[in-house]
Amino acid sequence: MHLILFLVFAGFCLAGAINLLLQSHPINSALSLIVVMVSMAVLYLLLGAEFLAAAQVIVYAGAIMVLFTFVIMLLNASREERTLGSRAALRVGFPAVVAILAIIATVILHTQGLGVARLSDGITSTEELSAVLFTKLLLPFEVTSVLILIAILGAVAMAGHEEQGSGIRDRGSEGTGKQ
Amino acid sequence: MNILFAQEVPLSWYLLLSAVLFSLGVVGFLIKRNLITIFMSIELMLNGVNLSFVTFAHQWHAVKGQIFVFFVMMVAAAEAAVGLAIIIAVFRARATLAVDRIDRMKL
Repeated sequence: MHLILFLVFAGFCLAGAINLLLQSHPINSALSLIVVMVSMAVLYLLLGAEFLAAAQVIVYAGAIMVLFTFVIMLLNASREERTLGSRAALRVGFPAVVAILAIIATVILHTQGLGVARLSDGITSTEELSAVLFTKLLLPFEVTSVLILIAILGAVAMAGHEEQGSGIRDRGSEGTGKQ
Repeated sequence: MNILFAQEVPLSWYLLLSAVLFSLGVVGFLIKRNLITIFMSIELMLNGVNLSFVTFAHQWHAVKGQIFVFFVMMVAAAEAAVGLAIIIAVFRARATLAVDRIDRMKL
């Protein structure tokens, strides 16, 4: 049963990732990325990470991808024109990708002592996770909240108009409705 | 047919899947010519690495691997917010998303 679930959702993952590369319209790429992220949540669940599966759906497939699709529609992104790209990417990039993949695959396949995943392994409950997160790792957690705050300020300052005054004040007037 | 109903999957398969997803992300980063799609390829790479973290957390019954994935998700959310804001700013200045035409630092 585990094997079937793994094969199905790993297949969805790979198909979504390959479709992301093949599609030429950004909105199709975004939708295939959502497929990848949701099937990744199922794989997390198979590995017993229930909180991460939920967070993956909410944060990645929900928040981040909604942001992506919003920006695609906002900018009215059209089909990309295919060009050859840089010669450096062609000559160095692709051999490097193949080399990295080959090395990682060789190491993984030759590693002894990697276990197996079963459905009966039990899950890491959110309680266990938060016990460590809010005691031993409290400082990094708080620092992350500061990071998010700075990111919000940065996003507002970046995306706001810059012609009249500061971007922040201008964004505030946008929020009140028509200008 | 019996093997399809096996109760266990080797963890190396999960690791291979994560490596392949990461490589597909790199390939997308190299071949795509749209700013937003390149950004999506980066998210794909982050997801591939996250799967590795969760697999090793399962292997050693360690909670910290999962917490690391949680932090990666938070950083990815911040990165997406700032990155898409930068993309909007670039689009305002250049009126294009094709990376071939965004080749100057100054206006």
